Amino acid sequence: MQLTGAQALIKSLEQQGVDTIFGLPGGAILPVYDPLLDSSIRHILVRHEQGAGHMAEGYALATGRAGVAMVTSGPGATNIVTPITNAHMDSTPLVVITGQVATSSIGLDAFQECDITGITMGITKHNFLVQSAHELPRAVAAAFHLATTGRPGPVLIDVPKDVAQSTMEWWYPTSVDEYDLPGYHPTVELDEAAVARCVALIAQSERPVLYVGGGALKSRASAELLAFADRTRIPVVTTLMARGVFPDSHDQHLGMPGMHGVYAAVMAIQRSDLLIALGARFDDRVTGKIAAFAPEAKVIHVDIDRAEFGKIRRPDVALQTDVATALRAWDAAGAAPRALDGWWREIGQWRSEYPLVYDEPEANGPLRPQHVIESIARTAPPGTIVASGVGQHQMWAAQHWKFEEPNSWVNSGGAGTMGFGVPAAIGAKVGRPDRTVWCIDGDGCFQMTAQELVTARSEGIPIKVAILNNAYLGMVRQWQEMFYDERYSEVYLSADLPDYVKWAEAMGCVGLRATNVKEMNDVIDEAHAINDVPVVIDFRTDSSEKVFPMVAAGASNDDIMVHPSQRGGR
Amino acid sequence: MNTPEPFAGEVTHSPVRHHILSVLVENKSGVLARIAGMFARRGFNIYSLAVAPAESHARFSRVTIVVDAESAPLEQIVGQLDKLVNVVAITDIAPREAVERELLLATIKTDVSNRTPLLDTLGGAGAAIVDVDPGAVTVMLAGTPAACDALERDLEAFADVELHRTGRVALPRLGRATPADEQQKD
Ligand SMILES: Cc1ncc(C[n+]2csc(CCOP(=O)(O)OP(=O)(O)O)c2C)c(N)n1
Ligand SMILES: [Mg+2]
Repeated sequence: MQLTGAQALIKSLEQQGVDTIFGLPGGAILPVYDPLLDSSIRHILVRHEQGAGHMAEGYALATGRAGVAMVTSGPGATNIVTPITNAHMDSTPLVVITGQVATSSIGLDAFQECDITGITMGITKHNFLVQSAHELPRAVAAAFHLATTGRPGPVLIDVPKDVAQSTMEWWYPTSVDEYDLPGYHPTVELDEAAVARCVALIAQSERPVLYVGGGALKSRASAELLAFADRTRIPVVTTLMARGVFPDSHDQHLGMPGMHGVYAAVMAIQRSDLLIALGARFDDRVTGKIAAFAPEAKVIHVDIDRAEFGKIRRPDVALQTDVATALRAWDAAGAAPRALDGWWREIGQWRSEYPLVYDEPEANGPLRPQHVIESIARTAPPGTIVASGVGQHQMWAAQHWKFEEPNSWVNSGGAGTMGFGVPAAIGAKVGRPDRTVWCIDGDGCFQMTAQELVTARSEGIPIKVAILNNAYLGMVRQWQEMFYDERYSEVYLSADLPDYVKWAEAMGCVGLRATNVKEMNDVIDEAHAINDVPVVIDFRTDSSEKVFPMVAAGASNDDIMVHPSQRGGR
Repeated sequence: MNTPEPFAGEVTHSPVRHHILSVLVENKSGVLARIAGMFARRGFNIYSLAVAPAESHARFSRVTIVVDAESAPLEQIVGQLDKLVNVVAITDIAPREAVERELLLATIKTDVSNRTPLLDTLGGAGAAIVDVDPGAVTVMLAGTPAACDALERDLEAFADVELHRTGRVALPRLGRATPADEQQKD
């Protein structure tokens, strides 16, 4: 069967089981948009290519499958560089297809030419510049294989226009051997000796902590983690990237560690004698000052990526495998720590002394952002997926939403990309149409990518957006208040400009506003009753509210600052 | 007559704790950029780098990278290199377990009438003359990096020298490390 490269590309995506592409056409990718008309694949036309990338990420985070985005060359390609960076930092499986100028024009500064494989070399797991139509099926199959196996990540396929236009005899690789990836071996044989050393370290430990990172979600290790934790009674902390992999309702769950972590989670790590890192990478937002991080702890580090071992903290035992496999191996070997009663007593004290708290809102005063989040969480249906932007609202969402299921938290961790929330929520809803999807957003973030609500409305993707409108780039304001003598430099946004309700309405969404607790409860109910169009709620929150606990950047976790109302005792 | 600059210190061409990575890569466009980019991005230092088609395979090239193991732990460098999809196999050869060779080429401007000092220097180093004309001599030395260092130092005594070195290639010393040490990536 003779096909054009464009037809072969679309057919290859169909072969991979792709059901949705997020994208926006242009000159170089035009040939590929034609056969899309005849395909079963749904294309979602975004309003900015950054939106396509974040939607594909949201789709991937909510479903565990690779997200797919397609854009044109030059500015189309550069507009998606931020999502690619974001996916690279968070190990999110993504396949990005970019148009490229014809092979004969490459290197000649042709119209809308840019060296996107060069630009993305350091922010993709791998990329391909496809040289012939015959190579397209292999590139697609290899891209999905690379994006979804081992440590997942973004893969980019750059398709020159003439490659899409020329013809090929259809074929599709049927086995990994045909992918032409002689240097890629994502799975390793389990190192039984290292497993035994882990079991021995666990057996000696009296104050162990399971420090669970995003790798646990990527390896779909929820069930194994629950079984291991239940059997061993070891306390669990879940990083920002791992929220949801272990139920927040579980009594062994101490919550999130790190810069804005729960006090007990931070202190349990600090005082532990054995840190069991499961798909976690010792990010500076978790460790604080590295020299003062968990100073008495031995470290077991489980990761699929061996370059993580010793990158930040030298492990006592490194186990290169995925988290689920490690946990199963430890369970099979009966790994168990010593009696943990004393350890749990200590942790219990931290928990009761320094729980997550915030000031109750006054009846007619501004809303408390944490209270808004808890009120939404309380009334949202079970299984609701939450996306967020980046800033204070993100930290409050990570702290105060109670996550019970994997893939229910869609968030930008490693890159901290403002504007991630709205498009990521749209992508999550496309991937999981059966779920309610809320975006907890900041007013600053919302202004970066809000136009994608036009996409959501026109494509019938009814997400719900809660803008925690504090009239500020709040997180930056918090740092200026605390560390720059309250000298506020370029952080004020205004609560009224833009008018978020009118803006929402202009984009075909329902726009609502709440300035006090009564209105808040009413609009949340109203939003939950609307299921056909996107809803945007402008929650007017207190500008001076800060995120606590907090470990200042570069400070030791021991110097954690708790909520002002808890400071008397310390 | 020019007097050569007095020699100010030791020429140390290799970092104190260098290591040799013999890296088998797919022979595809952009592979060197991927390797160089990764080193730059991660702040790892490359001291020298030599590339050539690998033995008997058109599909692969061999890149010999001398890395500065001071700039980062070796396992970090190897681990990050290993993640590059086009990198097929990495052999890490400790300097004392390696046979290392390098090629030095130098053109020295000297008058036909006054070549005795140069010939003495070359003779001592085991270098060969590969090209001559009345005003200059081109010499080569294929030797250990230390021998190349020594000749380079000796040639500082001459006024007008243009000198190029290839960077080293290496193989494991026989009887210490064996080809089986070349671990397939996984
Ligand atoms: C693209 C981008 N630019 C700048 C920043 C730095 N930054 C981090 S949080 C933040 C403020 C976010 O403001 P808003 O969305 O209103 O959230 P808030 O902190 O007020 O909840 C800024 C500017 C960033 N993370 N991303
Ligand atoms: Mg704000």
